[in-house]
Amino acid sequence: MKFGVVQFPGSNCDFDAFHALRNVMKRPTVMLWHKDHDLQGVDCVVLPGGFAYGDYLRVGAIARFSPLMQEVRTFARGGGRVLGICNGFQVLLELGLLPGAMLRNKDLKFLCQHVHIRVEDAKTDFTRAARKGQVLRIPIAHFDGNYYAPARTLRDIERNGQVVFRYCEADGTVTAEANVNGSMGNIAGIRNTEGNVLGLMPHPERASEALLGSEDGRTIFESLILSLERRKPARRPAAGKAARHD
Amino acid sequence: MKVRILVSFKDSVLDPQGQTVTNALHTMGYDAVMNVRQGKVFDLDLEGVTRKEAEALVPEIAHRVLANPIIEKFDWEILKVR
Repeated sequence: MKFGVVQFPGSNCDFDAFHALRNVMKRPTVMLWHKDHDLQGVDCVVLPGGFAYGDYLRVGAIARFSPLMQEVRTFARGGGRVLGICNGFQVLLELGLLPGAMLRNKDLKFLCQHVHIRVEDAKTDFTRAARKGQVLRIPIAHFDGNYYAPARTLRDIERNGQVVFRYCEADGTVTAEANVNGSMGNIAGIRNTEGNVLGLMPHPERASEALLGSEDGRTIFESLILSLERRKPARRPAAGKAARHD
Repeated sequence: MKVRILVSFKDSVLDPQGQTVTNALHTMGYDAVMNVRQGKVFDLDLEGVTRKEAEALVPEIAHRVLANPIIEKFDWEILKVR
């Protein structure tokens, strides 16, 4: 199996993700340039953290128009695995592959710290190496991670079990204090209804080696590898599904 | 044609920056200010479009690109016809 890390102008966690996947997880990994049209046959697309296009207009708003993102959308619609980390999560929201939007952190501060997140669902392709209720210690580094969704959307997300990670205390209790950026429902990561696209604000690639203070982030990569190596990924776009308008 | 598009958070969405500005104004003694909502301004120069065409084009651009309809709303006006 092969990973692909997308590079936008302004991405700055691209090499961290590349390193974690290739050198730590020891899986073939390629860089994908945002202007290209070719996903190079990867089995999983990783949208890394950073500030694509300088966060101009809105976080993730311009990146979604990149030629490669049109391929990523088709890839995702066909069941391909897509992981969006931090800015990558923001891009997935703007692209419409995940529901909701990001607002500025509640205290208007850039937050760069370790947080605890609780695994709400250990059956996803991104968490099957974890246990339900397991607490992961992974760093965040963002200005706009205050997850927002209109009431009805939020209800659907909860009802469909799309919340994969929530900010919590070290013991797994979900509290207002642990919700550092003010996200609705303490949401740190969500998946789409089909389960092949996940976005999360914490950076698993920054918690993938003991040297970095935590290896908890590896769980997410291990899960992806487990799910991808166990079965052939569907890579063809779903037939008859019209491309979204924009 | 010059048009101006104003993008701001929907009333249902919290605007922490606007709140911070409100607090700052209160600190300065401007007690008459009840609330501030912050937004963005986009001035577009359009060429070769009639007023009628602009009425379709500008909201489309605002909806698809300039505003995120999940959290933001927009208003727009024509500043100069020629």
